Amino acid sequence: MTTLHNPAPGRATAQDVAEDPLVIAGTTIGSRLVMGTGGAANLLTLEDALVASGTALTTVAMRRVAVRAGGEASPDAGIWALLARLGIRALPNTAGCFTVREAVLTAHLAREACGTEWVKLEVIADDVTLLPDPLGLVEAAEQLVRDGFVVLPYTNDDPILARRLEDVGCAAVMPLGAPIGSGLGVLNPRNIEAIAAAARVPVILDAGIGTASDAALAMELGCDGVLLATAVTRAADPVRMARAMRLAVESGRLAARAGRIPRREGALASSSPEGRLDLAL
Amino acid sequence: MRPLNHAPTVEVTVNGEPRTLEPGTGLEELVAALVPRYVADGTPQGVAVALDDAVVPRGSWATTAVVPGARIEIVAAVQGG
Repeated sequence: MTTLHNPAPGRATAQDVAEDPLVIAGTTIGSRLVMGTGGAANLLTLEDALVASGTALTTVAMRRVAVRAGGEASPDAGIWALLARLGIRALPNTAGCFTVREAVLTAHLAREACGTEWVKLEVIADDVTLLPDPLGLVEAAEQLVRDGFVVLPYTNDDPILARRLEDVGCAAVMPLGAPIGSGLGVLNPRNIEAIAAAARVPVILDAGIGTASDAALAMELGCDGVLLATAVTRAADPVRMARAMRLAVESGRLAARAGRIPRREGALASSSPEGRLDLAL
Repeated sequence: MRPLNHAPTVEVTVNGEPRTLEPGTGLEELVAALVPRYVADGTPQGVAVALDDAVVPRGSWATTAVVPGARIEIVAAVQGG
């Protein structure tokens, strides 16, 4: 879903961002860059990267507490306090769920633990491709919508599947650019463009981003936001890459709204031929 | 807590591992004992519990007894996604 209209010339970027917010299920999200937290080497770097990214919505996973260690949290459990301190909204996911039943139970646990009805729904087909299982995804989405959740499904780059997810009441659709963690960018830009053009809910490109130009392209194709984790957390300099992603998402959004020139087969001079020198040399 | 057939102990599974509890142990006591780091000022935070594949709302922990053979999952938010 994208609205194309001409902003006033010379407007500052910050104003553009403020006047063109991402709205999901009636809630304004302060940034079009949604960050994941998986893969970060440590919480300090993650905190700096989250701040540099400007993100306002960040995914967390649900995992068993290490009971044997007397309730000692796993090393990455400090994320909860970190997000609270930074004022970033937590978006629990159902990562690692391979069945509808697992995903639905995990979403319910997340709602109880995190105090939010928002869920990034993942129903993964297998642990090699990590691709979404389309049939399970729609079934789980329908169930969770019925249970009162705000469902943001991680889906394939299939326009018809995106439509089905929207039909069962999902608050957004999140098609993959490329397989999780692959960094291959947007493999099927035409499908992503078709999903964005047809959707009546926000479209957030999720997974596959490798570098800033991938994020900008996703936005230029009409996506309303980008969700990424590995591209930042496993970059050599995560904080610098986080800033690059922030700028890329803003740039891509501006470009999408600005209305690009049509592609053409041949060259077209930008300087007028009128009054040019005509020397008989 | 109701007595459990005068059984000396209650065998349950917590996060996939076998565990022996005192008879009459409630869910709230269990969480406070097993994951004290998630309990601040007596109130559990950022943690959720499922009993036999059904979420037990926080408000029901105090009145939920743990019966023999129960499968309990205690989960929390971690980095991911």
